[in-house]
Amino acid sequence: MSDAENPSNPTPDEQTDFEPVQVFDDETEMDLRPGADNCYKCTSCDTSCPVAEVDDDFPGPKFQGPEQWRLKRKDDEDIDDSITSCSNCMRCDNACPSSVPLSQMHNTARGEYVDEQMDKLSREYLRNRLLSNYRIMAEIGSKVPRLTNFALNNSLVQKFNEKVLGITAERDFPAFAEQTFREWWHERGGAQVSSEEKKIAYFHGCYSNYNTPEVAKALVRVFEKFGYEIAVPRQRCSGTPMFANGMLDDAGRAAEVNVSEFSDLIDEGYDVIASCTSCSMSLRQEYPELFEFHGTAEVSAHTYEAMEYLRIHEDLEAEIENASVEEQSFAYHAPCHARNQGLEHQAVELFRELDGVNIEDVGDSCSGISGTYGWKEEKYDTSMKIGEEMFDHMEHAEGNVGMTECPTCSMQMEHGTGYDIKHPLQLLEEALV
Amino acid sequence: MPIREDVLVVGGGLAAATAALAARETGKSVRLVAHKKSTLRQASGLIDVLGYVDGDGPRADPYGAMADLPDDHPYRLVGEEGVREGLRIFDDAVGDAYAGGHTDTNALVPTYGGTVKPTARYPNSVAPGLASIDEDALFVGFESTTDFSAPVVADHVVAAGVPFEARGVTIPFPIRFRDDARASRFARALDRDETTDDGRGVRRVLAEAVEEHLTDEERVGFPAMLGDDHDAEVREELESRLGVSVFEVPTGPPSLLGLKLEDRLFEALDEAGVRLSTGNPAVGYEADGDRIEAVYVDRKRKEIPYHAEQFVLATGGLVGKGIGSDRERVTEPVFDCYVPHSEDRYDWSESAAFGDHAFARFGVVPDEEMRPTTASGEPEFANLRAAGGVVGGADVAREKSASGVSLATAAVAGGRAGEEA
Repeated sequence: MSDAENPSNPTPDEQTDFEPVQVFDDETEMDLRPGADNCYKCTSCDTSCPVAEVDDDFPGPKFQGPEQWRLKRKDDEDIDDSITSCSNCMRCDNACPSSVPLSQMHNTARGEYVDEQMDKLSREYLRNRLLSNYRIMAEIGSKVPRLTNFALNNSLVQKFNEKVLGITAERDFPAFAEQTFREWWHERGGAQVSSEEKKIAYFHGCYSNYNTPEVAKALVRVFEKFGYEIAVPRQRCSGTPMFANGMLDDAGRAAEVNVSEFSDLIDEGYDVIASCTSCSMSLRQEYPELFEFHGTAEVSAHTYEAMEYLRIHEDLEAEIENASVEEQSFAYHAPCHARNQGLEHQAVELFRELDGVNIEDVGDSCSGISGTYGWKEEKYDTSMKIGEEMFDHMEHAEGNVGMTECPTCSMQMEHGTGYDIKHPLQLLEEALV
Repeated sequence: MPIREDVLVVGGGLAAATAALAARETGKSVRLVAHKKSTLRQASGLIDVLGYVDGDGPRADPYGAMADLPDDHPYRLVGEEGVREGLRIFDDAVGDAYAGGHTDTNALVPTYGGTVKPTARYPNSVAPGLASIDEDALFVGFESTTDFSAPVVADHVVAAGVPFEARGVTIPFPIRFRDDARASRFARALDRDETTDDGRGVRRVLAEAVEEHLTDEERVGFPAMLGDDHDAEVREELESRLGVSVFEVPTGPPSLLGLKLEDRLFEALDEAGVRLSTGNPAVGYEADGDRIEAVYVDRKRKEIPYHAEQFVLATGGLVGKGIGSDRERVTEPVFDCYVPHSEDRYDWSESAAFGDHAFARFGVVPDEEMRPTTASGEPEFANLRAAGGVVGGADVAREKSASGVSLATAAVAGGRAGEEA
């Protein structure tokens, strides 16, 4: 008979100060443990995993998280190298009925794998380091945008990238803008609206700075229309591509800068706004899960996606109902990282009420590119297989312009269908400004 | 300006969807706030109303059996009318994807454990498998789907006293997947008619493999993994190749029939114009006296208010985490509504696994309008109603009444919320 059936010593009352965690050593270093014991193996996470759906060899999030942790408790077990096949879409988090922090476990496992098991001179490591530090390339490349755009999409360079670096030649590099958003911002003299109450600090991220400044400009114009004072502090990459590649040290260095810059502004009454859903996801969820810089919790609590913020603080619905734009149709795709923040329906819900617009959700499949994932030569096919369902739905949608909040989803949408892709902020700008 | 609606439904499962649809029928604006993917993906996809009362059954007439339920059972509050209204909303939502609406009596459906379950509505793909049909059946399982043993299912079904002969065979699936491949992998292969090693379509090869085992059976049952998006097409092709009817046996989690039902309900919500906010949990509320003004949704460490006139709580029971418990007490975590339970936690359960457990009936205590009440029987709030697993008083697992309780309480709670908003 087990103890549970026949409790021998204390009565329930005497057990009230029992803290199960006390049985373990006082761990200060992060391990894979958090929440592992809450997993009851219902496999909801596995059925939500886009990689497991198309890759028969990928064991799935349940294995990568709680089961890997259990295996790891025996000291000489290595992290299984299938961890590099997880694309960090974080859908498993949303699926788990027990709130097991699966993506946190995956990030931690991936970090450990890269630190301890990966050859730092290998092509794969160098390639991943290069991809996840996209901002550094972008900063150099955008100094001479036309030359870089020409060079990167030159077929010889693409072949070199694929053969030597393992970056797929199938994709066209996104073009760098002639003028970065930050250059534009300084040229116009910074904020044009000042306000005591309504203040936002804009986390533009790398992509809308170097590649699509029109998205960042749309954000500025829409928020200024609503009377917000905007600050654009110094910032680095949000860290998303680094988490996905297990480069936790790089991510930590970037996060430290971001947390310090933005938490200072929060103290002055600013909220943090991002236009990329992976950036807002990173600041909100991954920072407090992985780092403990002073101000991390404040930044997490004060970060919003742009349209989400307007919906909470302004009567965006009424504004949209009174507005109209030229007739146009969109095929909207909700990025995985928007889903995980509860933002998957907002664009469709809002723009449905906008005169002149027809917008259709193209379904809940993942786009498949997952940041740097779909750029890797060995992952390209998996990435396109995951995206197939989305391409198919897009082609059957009435619109032939795509819409999404995520820069890499938009690359994939464009790559798979040839459609132009817009950010919801651009349509908001068209309707309201 | 905060987010504001006439009716806010908290939850994402069968009860929440039904309550939202019921409220929407009154013409009011409705938003559904759901956290995790619902427990529908762990459920069979069958809609049970009432099959057993106090361990006695299966009962053929669920409506007749209601009179034998204890007074505090939710069915006694909503009455036959409430149950019929819930089923009406369900039938409208799923359209012709489900069968069973032609009769008031329970259908008997073979399950993957080989038991025969009394149920009121079932997916079309399940219909040819009903135990009441006098046709011999061949159950087919696959070597790698270890939780479905066709010979065991067949033996159990026969032992249940069905009016036909049944046999089970286990065959290899024509495409070899990893050993612990999920049901969805099989479904996708059939959906797309993927090619096998010899270059032929998997549907055809599967039909030929089954045909070798088919003697004079008039129907063939598979675990419910016959396609997802193109399920009807898969089944039709197998039927025409085999020349007999083909049916699915509902499986355990992850249940494709449950997943499909979830998809269908969310489509119905979208078509009805119900707004959806998913991915974040409701964690608290703001009240003015006995009226709730807003529910707070925790959007990763920041609480966002969702305002409404009327609220419906449909967060599920112990499994769905709409009811919480620790070593001290049993709680309803969002509004802290009263949940009656013994102070001694050793009274919460029985030693027998399938015994008459108190925990199975834990939940809020509704009044006749489905408003949760306090210990003294007064409504907790004037504008809060509850539906589904969070409502106490029913032992849905023993009674086979989970879906029916969800539908009926949701029809009443959602309908009244809509009328008053």
